[in-house]
Formats: sequence, C-alpha cells, structure tokens
Amino acid sequence: MSDLLRTPLHDLHISLGAKMVEFAGYSMPVQYPMGVMQEHTHTREKAGLFDVSHMGQVIIKGPDFQSAAQALETLIPVDIMGLALNRQRYGFLTNDAGGIMDDLMLANRGDHILVVVNAACKSDDIAHLKANLSDCAVSEVTDRALLAIQGPASAAVLAALDPAAAEMRFMDVAVLSFDGVACWVSRSGYTGEDGYEISVPAHQATALAERLLAHPDVAPIGLGARDSLRLEAGLCLYGHDIDTLTTPTQAALNWAIQNVRRRDGAREGGFPGAPVILDELQDGAERKRVGLRPDGRAPMREGVTLFSGIDDAAPIGQITSGGFGPTVGRPIAMGYVPVAHAQNGTIIYGELRGKRLPLTVVALPFTPHSFKR
Amino acid sequence: MKFTEEHEWLRPEGDVVVVGITAHATTQLGDIVFVELPEVGAIVAKDDEVVVIESVKAASDIMAPLDGEIVEVNTALAENPALANEASGDAGWFFKIRPSNPSQMDAYMDEAAYNAMIA
Repeated sequence: MSDLLRTPLHDLHISLGAKMVEFAGYSMPVQYPMGVMQEHTHTREKAGLFDVSHMGQVIIKGPDFQSAAQALETLIPVDIMGLALNRQRYGFLTNDAGGIMDDLMLANRGDHILVVVNAACKSDDIAHLKANLSDCAVSEVTDRALLAIQGPASAAVLAALDPAAAEMRFMDVAVLSFDGVACWVSRSGYTGEDGYEISVPAHQATALAERLLAHPDVAPIGLGARDSLRLEAGLCLYGHDIDTLTTPTQAALNWAIQNVRRRDGAREGGFPGAPVILDELQDGAERKRVGLRPDGRAPMREGVTLFSGIDDAAPIGQITSGGFGPTVGRPIAMGYVPVAHAQNGTIIYGELRGKRLPLTVVALPFTPHSFKR
Repeated sequence: MKFTEEHEWLRPEGDVVVVGITAHATTQLGDIVFVELPEVGAIVAKDDEVVVIESVKAASDIMAPLDGEIVEVNTALAENPALANEASGDAGWFFKIRPSNPSQMDAYMDEAAYNAMIA
C-alpha cells in the first residue's frame, strides 16, 4: 500500500490498531480492534469518530456569495441562492442525461461556498467546476483534515470544547474554537445520527482526534461500520446506489430538489439534464430505489439480481447496497425496481447462490434518523 | 486434532470427524451473522464448498476437508451465528463428516504446524 495516499491521521490509525485497506486511492481504516459490529453499535449509542479526510473540500468563490451561487446553480439542481448564511444543504452534480455525477454538501460561508465531495470523484468534480464556473475561483482545500463525530453523545463531547457546538441545529455551519484551533464545523453527517463534521488544519488534526478520543464516550470507527450505519440510515453511497446512470427521481432524491428549481419555480431548470429531471419530478421515473428486507437470515449484498417471481426468467433490478444491519439485527438492502414493484409490502426475489429467496419492499430508513432539526 | 491451510480444524470422534474453523479464522472474518450449513446425508468430495459464512463484511466458503457423508450439522449455529466467533474451537463446530477415505486426514497439519503457519 506504499503508493496509496495517506490522510493526516494515518499514523494515529496505525497506533490505534486499525486494519488499513485501499479506499478511493487512500490507505484508510476499515475497522479497529473493537470490530465492525461493536463500532456500529457504539456510534448509535454513544459517539464514533471517523476520518473522512479523503473526501474533497472545495471552495468556490465569486465576486460575492449570490453570484457564486447563481453560477453553481447551472451545474446543481438545488436552491443554492436561497441557502441562508451559515447553512448547509445536500445536493448533486448532474450530467446532460440527468444522471448523477457526484453527491455533495454545499455550505454558505458568507463570502464563499464550501463544497464537500466524494473522494473517488473529487478530481473530476474539480475539473468540471473549473471548466464551467469561469467567473469563480475554484480551489481544493489541501491543508485541512476532515473528521466526523456521530452519535447521541457528540453534542456533549464537542460542547465541552466549545459550548457553541450545542447551539447549532442540523445543517448549521460555524467556525468553532477547539483548544484555540479554528475549525469549520457543520452539524451533519452520514450515519442518520446527530453529529458533526469538523474541518481542522492538517497539522492539528491528530491532536484534535486524540483529544476527542480521550472522552470515554468516543471510539474510533472505520469504513466497515460507516457503511452499515449509512445503509441503515437509507443514505446513498456514490458509485453504488447512485451513479451517472441513475437520476435523482430514480434514486428517490426528489426531496433534495427544491420547488424553486422545479417546473414553474422562479429559477426552473438551467442545470445539466434539466429536461429529463424536470419531467421525472412531475411524472415519476420508470424505476426507483427502495428499501429491501430479505425475509431470511442470509444477507443479500450488492449485485444480487432481483426477480418479480420465483420462476420468472427476466430480472427486474439489482441490489446496490446490502448487508447485515447491526441495529436492526437482520439483513437489509437497497436496490432498484420498476415502480410497479416499488410499493411497500411488495414481495420480490433475489437470486443468492443459485436460489431465489424472498425480500419485502420496505420504507427507508431502516433505523430512524435522529437529527437535531 | 488436525488443521487445514484454510483454517479448519478436524477432530476425530469415533468413526466421524467434527469440523469447525479456528479462532484465528473467525478473528479475520469479523462478526459472523449468518451460516448456511450443508444437508445431513449429503455425500461430499474433498474441496466441495459445503458451508457459507457471512460476516458483517463479506461472504466466504468453507470446503469439505475430506470425502465422505455429512452425518450431522450444528443447528445451534443457524440460530446463533455468533457462536462461531465466541466458541470457534468447540460449540461453534459446523458439521460432522463420516470419511470414506480416512487416510486423507494424514495430509493435514498438527496444532504446532498450524500455529507456526499463522504466527
């Protein structure tokens, strides 16, 4: 793994006994000695600390926030101009076919927009932003690490360092001072739990992580539990549940496109793939991402082919994420099915090791979100 | 007691052999959440895939270490897959096989050789 990129926390992961794996070109911790199941449960019950420094932090700066937001709305079908100061919003870059190029978080930080993108997509995203936002400066933040602390104890843990952390609501962003270090903090995350993401200067990242881990409620959490947590939360993993061949409506992400960008909205369309996306928002798509609950105990993972009947020859779709949900205590999955099979309660079949086994279409998320709205 | 390179342990019990996986293997696999066992009465050949183990992370197979007939499976594992982690050496056994060619046992490692392999 010598040619892999390392985050500023690499040595800390090793010292904590992490098992390191390749992920998006980085050497990343997949689990610590506690193990995936316990890491998952610890995050749901107390607080988990995640290294997400491999993700891209990008600053988009125009003459002012409104002009940068207006420019970015030509690439992203969400309401960016209406994003209030110190607020964050989920969004995605689309292509001309209405497919999703990447999903991301956008924050109004006064004189600029801070965008957090997926590690595997970041170089393409930055090239795409630079090529299309000629009046804005697009720059990757390369001197900061990104930590996430997730779980019900997160607020108390951070508030002990800066009381202002407790005052933030879900999707607020703020600059907080942890031991005198100015950190860019958002109250958000990708586990379904209350929590925060913290952008910290790279050379101070290990000290902050150690400070947080010194709290008895905080444990380090790897990619394994990160994946089962976000799956239970019904959240899309880019490159698996969403990609350039899935549209927002197919992915059940209509909620992320505000009315102002939809048909008859004040700033209707004007983003790549708008004709497809606007039609689907109005009329629906032919297939949809749904929650799936295998009836038996065998997990059904990504790639399992779905059928409407036990003997039907033609597949109807595929599982895009699946595994065991430690909190729900059973196997869970997400996948795409035609809308005719997308109603909750519908029974379909997945082919596992040559056998057709039943799954029930269920509502997402599998574990209720506990965001502090 | 014998050990395979695939981290199975084989414990002769009369004319049958009890098969499980080692603590080293279960540590590598992580939390086991599902075990699919063979059918009692199945006639298997050495290296046939006879058990599927699903951990939180991934699925993996266990192969038959010997030619023979599956004479019993550990139904407690189907109910409580975590038993494979917690009691890998005894109560977490997978199946019992009646070997048709017991001399196949001779090819496997003893405990000292196995411990040297995983060291």
